[in-house]
Amino acid sequence: MENFTPVSALIGGVLIGAAATFMLWANGRIAGISGILGGILFPVKSEIVWRILFIAGLLSASLAYMFFSGASLDISVQTTPLLTAVAGLLVGFGTRMGSGCTSGHGICGIARISKRSFLATVVFIGAGVVSVFLLRHILGLGL
Amino acid sequence: MSILRSTLAKCTVFLSGLLFGLGLIVSGMINPAKVIGFLDVTDNWDPSLLLVMLGALAVTTPAFRFILKREQPLFESKFYLPSRTDIDGKLVGGAALFGIGWGMAGFCPGPALTAITTLNSSVVIFVAAMIVGMLLHRVVVE
Repeated sequence: MENFTPVSALIGGVLIGAAATFMLWANGRIAGISGILGGILFPVKSEIVWRILFIAGLLSASLAYMFFSGASLDISVQTTPLLTAVAGLLVGFGTRMGSGCTSGHGICGIARISKRSFLATVVFIGAGVVSVFLLRHILGLGL
Repeated sequence: MSILRSTLAKCTVFLSGLLFGLGLIVSGMINPAKVIGFLDVTDNWDPSLLLVMLGALAVTTPAFRFILKREQPLFESKFYLPSRTDIDGKLVGGAALFGIGWGMAGFCPGPALTAITTLNSSVVIFVAAMIVGMLLHRVVVE
């Protein structure tokens, strides 16, 4: 477990929780990223501006971080472009079909004590574990 | 809503997104290698992602309970909450497909969108494919 970073993980988690809380308190919306993005792709007129603003906030976070730290983000993708594209398709399709992703189900839904979100979170983490195990340790693909 | 109020409301949405993005960066979840390190339970397991979720839930669980007792949010006339409570195949199947894709590249929607400003080619490919996946779902299912 030498890669374990408990302090930054907890601080980052608290920031994410604070952001979702601020969103619900001020605007009454769930900070679920796949839902917010999905709503931009199929816009309803009164429901588009806030979605764009939220995503602009996300992008500004990384721009500000890179500007003030003077370095790019540490992003290491250990897979092929083809697998990355397939992964993107599955994540896009799956999050729409399952009504949410890590943020909407895992952070906001569980906080609302939603049975659906509990189940979805257990399933996507379980599927992720199986997926990594098969790709890395059975097929030995690119990692 | 007055112009001042609606401008303030828009600022709070932007700030929520900003804070959310910073949380993803600080937590390390922006880096797919870190996510894979969590999902790979058999090889040098990195439990960081678990602490990210627990840290977030330690805030949202009590705070949501408190906020949802209020009649309405600060800038809107009602809370916009999912109303469904039933478990169906779409929920489970969708979560499974998402999980498989998450494990393949280590990206979920929030970190991938936040990281697109790096113009890293993997991130761009992932986000483009994710949008296609969402459109595909619309065409095939809805």
